[in-house]
Amino acid sequence: MTNNKTLNERREFLKASALVAGGVLMSGYSWAGVNSSVDDTIKIALIGCGDRGTGAAFQALNTKFNLKLVAMADAFQDRLDNSYKALSTKFGAKVDVPKERQFVGFDAYQKAIALADVVLLVTPPGFRPMHFEEAVKQGKHVFMEKPVAVDAPGIRKVLAAAELAKQKKLNVVVGLQRRYQTNYRETIKRIQDGAIGDIFGGQVYWNSGGVWVKPRTAGQTEMNYQMRNWYYFNWLCGDHIVEQHVHNIDIANWVKNATPVSIQGTGSRAWRTGKDYGEIYDNHAVELTYADGSVIHSQCRHFEGTTNRVDESFQGTKGKVYLSANNSGILWDHKGKEIFSHNTKGNANPYQTEHDELFAAIAGNEYKFWDAERAANSCFTAIAGRYATYSGEIIKWDEALKAENSLFPDKLAWDAMPKVLPDANGLYPVAMPGKTKVLS
Amino acid sequence: MLITFQSQAQEQAAYQQKIDGTKLSFDMQAIPAGSFLMGSKKGNADELPIHKVKLDAFWMSKFEVIWDVYEPFLYRDYEKSNSLTPVPPQVDAVTRPTKPYLDMTFGMGKQGQPAIGMTQYNAIQFCKWIYMRTGVFYRLPTEAEWEYASRAGSADEYHFGNDASKLNEYAWFVSNSEKKTHPVGLKKPNAWGLYDMLGNVAEWTYDEYKPDFYASLGKAEVKNPIAVPDKLYPLVVRGGAYDDDAKLLRSAARKASDPSWKQIDPQIPKSNWWFPEAPFVGIRLVRPLITPTKAEIEAYYNKAPIADY
Repeated sequence: MTNNKTLNERREFLKASALVAGGVLMSGYSWAGVNSSVDDTIKIALIGCGDRGTGAAFQALNTKFNLKLVAMADAFQDRLDNSYKALSTKFGAKVDVPKERQFVGFDAYQKAIALADVVLLVTPPGFRPMHFEEAVKQGKHVFMEKPVAVDAPGIRKVLAAAELAKQKKLNVVVGLQRRYQTNYRETIKRIQDGAIGDIFGGQVYWNSGGVWVKPRTAGQTEMNYQMRNWYYFNWLCGDHIVEQHVHNIDIANWVKNATPVSIQGTGSRAWRTGKDYGEIYDNHAVELTYADGSVIHSQCRHFEGTTNRVDESFQGTKGKVYLSANNSGILWDHKGKEIFSHNTKGNANPYQTEHDELFAAIAGNEYKFWDAERAANSCFTAIAGRYATYSGEIIKWDEALKAENSLFPDKLAWDAMPKVLPDANGLYPVAMPGKTKVLS
Repeated sequence: MLITFQSQAQEQAAYQQKIDGTKLSFDMQAIPAGSFLMGSKKGNADELPIHKVKLDAFWMSKFEVIWDVYEPFLYRDYEKSNSLTPVPPQVDAVTRPTKPYLDMTFGMGKQGQPAIGMTQYNAIQFCKWIYMRTGVFYRLPTEAEWEYASRAGSADEYHFGNDASKLNEYAWFVSNSEKKTHPVGLKKPNAWGLYDMLGNVAEWTYDEYKPDFYASLGKAEVKNPIAVPDKLYPLVVRGGAYDDDAKLLRSAARKASDPSWKQIDPQIPKSNWWFPEAPFVGIRLVRPLITPTKAEIEAYYNKAPIADY
């Protein structure tokens, strides 16, 4: 059967068949004995049907290419149902996901991946290494959201799968969407062409008011509660330094064109201390030291009612730069004279650009995107930041990347227990610098 | 629950609304009942025809709503920790915005600065929170009320006349704002004591934007007109903002909300609460002289949001 043939194999078959048919593909021609999936439609599967996953599927289906969503997977039935409703209402026949191609549960991802040419991996980040590994093993192109892992073992798994994806020439785009945003691309290209000299310092921020809470419900198992409230548990989220701030840390690595060799910092749970907030910190301040001795300061926090900031600044030997997600990109020399300022008006939506470019490559049979390794490096920079704030130790990149302590549960089931559990008062254990060991 | 008895014959005067149990307050200016000519021949076609409108009396907030007053609504824990007395249960139970992922001040500053980037639904829920906090019914202005208050008796393009070169004395706009919002009340007010009606941030009205709405009203004087919204877009914002030019700051100029204001919201459904790309829109409150019935108030506040796909 040709059902599981890759898109390229199907295309080769089409070409060959077309030659047989005198070089012309006749419409309505019936391929004797050939499954109707032998066509040029790019089949996509959505793994993780939350609001962001649904958003990613919208963006994929909004591209100008011939796409069909053919499978969906989620741990939760209600998430899948809501997502399916929104997608089918908006895209009609482009959403071809009958009940038998809707998969629910912890193993749903394998079945959905098998049915597609391209997979969208948009579950909470703790599952990403497992899902990415499977997608590459099955020979699929990938769009995956950040972060790509939450601990060192997960990162190693992603790096190995990234290598295999390269060998197989599978396009991989990661949702660090600033990489696809014009102001960042244009401004950082100028920096790398030497516009402000060598970068010796910088400051990157994600200071905001925090995120949602999903209070515990009656009769909920611990696994169900942690899955619903995934932001507050490290095996699923990695703490907000990894889940959100990785965006800004990735800009530091991009501008430096390197990853740090050493990471140290401090953090705590200053006010978000109640039992609704799992185990994560609400603030981290981290120093990233690169091989050339330059230091980038990183700061992220979830405090209500304080001054917020989400942006990146860097200082170079010949000038400085300011970047932010609202399309700013400004370069100045050391006299304060503006060298370059990106026009903030009328820019494309980077969340859409990610998919426009990925599917253009896939439809054009090109191998153009290998984001996974780069994204894994930036995610590991953020993870090392968490290792530093939780332990109070100086974290060396090479050593930390070898760490064996996986946060992942030993068993995935609704009645199984995650590794971190609440005490009698409903409070979870929280890392304590000087006491907490992160690398063993 | 606080009960405020509002006599209809009450002398209307400016007042300060305190928020009990906090150090917060905001000022309200009296806007008398009256008639005016709405629209202009010097703008877009949607400002025509000029038509006669009659309005009941109301109060309007002297300034745009500032973050200082808005944030206790946004952040429940922040409200609790900054209240002098326990937060009343009916206040605690108000539906609050989802916490924005981004910095919604956009780096333009917070203290004394207008709260920005909220959807109309968000702005109405803020009014509900104030009502729960004070027992006084506050709502958004209608488009007609907004223009009437902005003109403050003037039939000119601006409340101070037709000379756009004078705008610098009254408004933050593209020529003087340095691309950012400014603390409220630094420029001169209009004749009715309202500050920053023009510029700084555009302000939500309740109306749906219908370019031909004025034409649909007929020839006779129309009383308390309103285009009640039944869809998500477009809705009317008024007054122009820090990044607008003089033409958009005219009292009659109309601007429509647009889905592109939510372009970079990566989730589906998109947020009911925030516009990640509309840092130019804020809130100004209205309190009608005649308080509506409890049922009317509840109907106003409890309209379900329209999902944004």
